[in-house]
Amino acid sequence: MEVTRLERLFKHGATIALVVLIAFGAIRYDNFLSLYNVMSVCRTNAMFALVSLGMCFVIMTGGIDLSVGAVAALASVAAAKASPLGVTAGLATGIAVGFAAGVVNGLLVTRARLLPFITTLVTMLAANGCALLLAGNQSVAVSYTSGFTDIGQGDLGIFPIPALIVVALYVLGSLILHRTSAGRSVLATGGGEEASRLMGLRPDATKFAVYAASGALAGLAGVLLAAGSGAGQPTEGVGWELFAIASVVIGGTLLTGGAGSVLATLAGGLLMGTLFTVLNFENGLGVISLSAYWQSVIRGLMLLAVVVLQATVMQRGHRHAT
Amino acid sequence: MTKASSTLAPTGGRTASGLAWCSRYGALAAFGVLLALNIAATPYFLSLQTLNINLTQVCTIIIVAVGMNLVIATGGIDLSVGSLMAISGVLAPMIFLGQVVPVGNTALAVTLAIVAAIGVAGLLGLFNGWLVSRFGIQPIVATLILFIAGRGIAQVLVDGNLQTFSVPQFAWLGQGALLGIPTQVFVMAAIVAAALWTMRRTRFGRYVLAVGGNERAASMAALPVRRIKLAVYAISGLCAGVAGLVVIAINSASDANQIGLGTELDAIAAVAVGGSSLGGGQAHLLGTVLGALTIQLIRYTLLANGVPDAAALVVKAGVIALAVWLQQAQRRK
Repeated sequence: MEVTRLERLFKHGATIALVVLIAFGAIRYDNFLSLYNVMSVCRTNAMFALVSLGMCFVIMTGGIDLSVGAVAALASVAAAKASPLGVTAGLATGIAVGFAAGVVNGLLVTRARLLPFITTLVTMLAANGCALLLAGNQSVAVSYTSGFTDIGQGDLGIFPIPALIVVALYVLGSLILHRTSAGRSVLATGGGEEASRLMGLRPDATKFAVYAASGALAGLAGVLLAAGSGAGQPTEGVGWELFAIASVVIGGTLLTGGAGSVLATLAGGLLMGTLFTVLNFENGLGVISLSAYWQSVIRGLMLLAVVVLQATVMQRGHRHAT
Repeated sequence: MTKASSTLAPTGGRTASGLAWCSRYGALAAFGVLLALNIAATPYFLSLQTLNINLTQVCTIIIVAVGMNLVIATGGIDLSVGSLMAISGVLAPMIFLGQVVPVGNTALAVTLAIVAAIGVAGLLGLFNGWLVSRFGIQPIVATLILFIAGRGIAQVLVDGNLQTFSVPQFAWLGQGALLGIPTQVFVMAAIVAAALWTMRRTRFGRYVLAVGGNERAASMAALPVRRIKLAVYAISGLCAGVAGLVVIAINSASDANQIGLGTELDAIAAVAVGGSSLGGGQAHLLGTVLGALTIQLIRYTLLANGVPDAAALVVKAGVIALAVWLQQAQRRK
């Protein structure tokens, strides 16, 4: 009885914590719920949300993608280089570069049978090198006249374009996971590869697809980075994979694969984004003073807390089951 | 969970199977080819200076790879080694420069700094082991936390600033020499020897291989699986701590953003190239040393022939993927 309640609490934990945190912020700070602040939080966290979406699918198949940050950085450089040709060219180049990196990951995992973390550590290194080579070791300014920056800085009505892209893709991702056979085959692959093969599914094709998708989403995140900041940045993306993994786990997706939720991942990502906003506001009030270096420490602490919590809940579940 | 590996763990280097010998000779062959290539193409390759440069640089990889090999032998992985190197490399100067507690005697301060820095790295390694053994968190995720947060901690400690120092008593660790051989080579040799002895002659060594060979069987045989895992991650942390000190001693400077960056991949590659299965159950330490030498030689070859740093990263990534793939392909046959 207690276990099921714990598990249910855990399932909605991210959403509950998000609501509590927003309420806290709204009471404590004057402009926390102002349109400007809300929209800028959505805008800056859009690229993180995209890599988290890709990561969510990869983790549900029982894999991991450590290369997302470096791939996004590479894609941001490529998109910046292509940006004088227009919005479509910049967008397509960035996504194509990310997709290519994802295809390499997928091939190495399914054909060469390398472990996912080795594969993606290697592509992380290679993408980092390629980004520096392509950019000539410095950030690459985007074109401001071709309309490329609109993808990152523009609005549609009151909504930032990056946030709209995120919402559309998460809805699409959720539909794919819950309403299509492809989605079920993702969960089946993570639940047990051999079993899913015996059921007539093709786990290798599924795995290839999730790595390719994760790469393409990281590419899109890179486009948003370049368009939002006005430059392709070869050294960005450090720690993005941790943010993504943390969002996924906070959203209740099991790191062992086989179960998960796309929308809860969005809640997990928003929770972390909101937490950093709250910390920024505290900084502004002068209560604490945190340098940018604290970000990775805090991300690590959050992942730690959630992973330990998840493991404890699962261990209890096991003990009751046996 | 149902991936029960039925193979028994080999009980040491001597009873290594023929296939393992194959992959060990593979590393040897790669090393030979690289040597020949360099003798032919790289100017001034056959000089004492070249040997010295490579020896001083390879030591840190070997030291980290030894700890990594023990972790991998239990079926785990440690991604946090590079960040632990950064923490140890940032802590030590803070202590011997007197920023934490003022210490009058330099020799005493240096000793204190070395012990404290290595100790902290060991404790953080123990923390990794605790996450893995107590909560059953996958090693990749458990050590990923410190992989990112660890470097953040190192940066926070010095606010991202470079620390430079001129303390000969400490710099000796990375710049000094005994009988013409760099000091850190002795440190490295001692660590390798200790690890070899532990793995071949002690019960603990057998237990490590048994846990990696078949954890279920090991725990049914009443082996202290948890404590063994705790120990290997702690050892890996200690090794990373030592390596971090060697790096800053070589440079007489400590940069939290740079120390140990990418070392986890070098160390994993050294282990894989050296012929130990990444699935666990094996620890071919001498192979790992050879693997580290090969990685170092690749790095040196690229650098000496004017390949830009960024391109070298790409080449290195390709070589590591190839090495791991070859090693797995041999195992599958």
